[in-house]
Amino acid sequence: MNEPAQRIEVASDQDVVRVRQLVRTLAVAVKLSLVDQTKLVTAASELARNTLVYGGGGWVEVAQTDNGRRKGIRIVFSDQGPGIADLDLAFTDGYTSGGGLGLGLSGARRLVDEFDIVTAAGEGTTITVTKWCR
Amino acid sequence: MERVPILKIGAILLVSIQIDMEDQVALQLQEDLADRIVATGCHGVIIDISALDIVDSFVGRTLATIAGISKVLDADTVVVGMRPAVAITLVELGLSLPGIRTALNVELGMDLLARERFQDEDEDEDGPDNAETPVVPAP
Repeated sequence: MNEPAQRIEVASDQDVVRVRQLVRTLAVAVKLSLVDQTKLVTAASELARNTLVYGGGGWVEVAQTDNGRRKGIRIVFSDQGPGIADLDLAFTDGYTSGGGLGLGLSGARRLVDEFDIVTAAGEGTTITVTKWCR
Repeated sequence: MERVPILKIGAILLVSIQIDMEDQVALQLQEDLADRIVATGCHGVIIDISALDIVDSFVGRTLATIAGISKVLDADTVVVGMRPAVAITLVELGLSLPGIRTALNVELGMDLLARERFQDEDEDEDGPDNAETPVVPAP
C-alpha cells in the first residue's frame, strides 16, 4: 500500500531546503541505508535547484513506492521552463548553461537507481528518480 | 535569513555550520568570512561540517570558493568533520573539492593549521639565510 505523494511547490531557495527535508524524512521511513539516504537527498537537492534555477520554478513530488520485492522512494521534479535541447550535452560532466559546476544533472543520475527525463526545447522538463532499499 | 556565526579562537576563525543552509545563507557566509579575516588578521579558518548531513555541489563550490578567498587574504582553510556518507556521496557526485584541506575533526584541523603556519614562518626565515649560504670564494 503506497502513501499518497507529497508535493512541494519550488519557487525559492527555502523550498529547496524543504524538498531536502521531506526526502530525508521519507527515506528514513522506508529504511534506506544512511549512505543511500545521503545520496538520495543530495540528488534531490541538485535536481530541485535545477528546477528553481534553470526551470524558473516548478514542483517536486515525493512518494514511497514498492515494486513487490523492495520499497523505495520516487521523486518527480517538474518545471515549465525552457527545457533541454541537447540532452547529451546536458549530461556531460562539467557542462553548465548557468553558473554552476555542471555536476547537478550528471551527478544526480549517478546517485540514484533509476533516472528518467522527459524534456524538449520550450516544453519544460520532468525528471523522475527512484532509489530502492537494498 | 539565518546567518552562520563565525567565532574567533586565538588566531583562528571557527565556523561551525549547524543548519541546513539555503543557498543565500552560504553566499552570505562567504562574504562574512572574508570581512572577518580582514578585520581580525587571522591566518587560519576552520569550517566544521560535522552537522551537515549532505554536501551538494552548491555547498561544495561554496567551500572551495571560501578556501580560495581565504588564500588570497593570507589565511589557510581546513574543512573538518565530514561524515563518511557525505564523503562517499561527494565523490560519486563527481566533486573532489580540489584545493580544500581537510581534517577529521576540529582538533586535528587546528594542528594542521599550526603546522602549516610554523612551516611558513620557517621558510620565511630560511629564505634570506639560504640566499646568504652559498659560499662564494673570496676573490
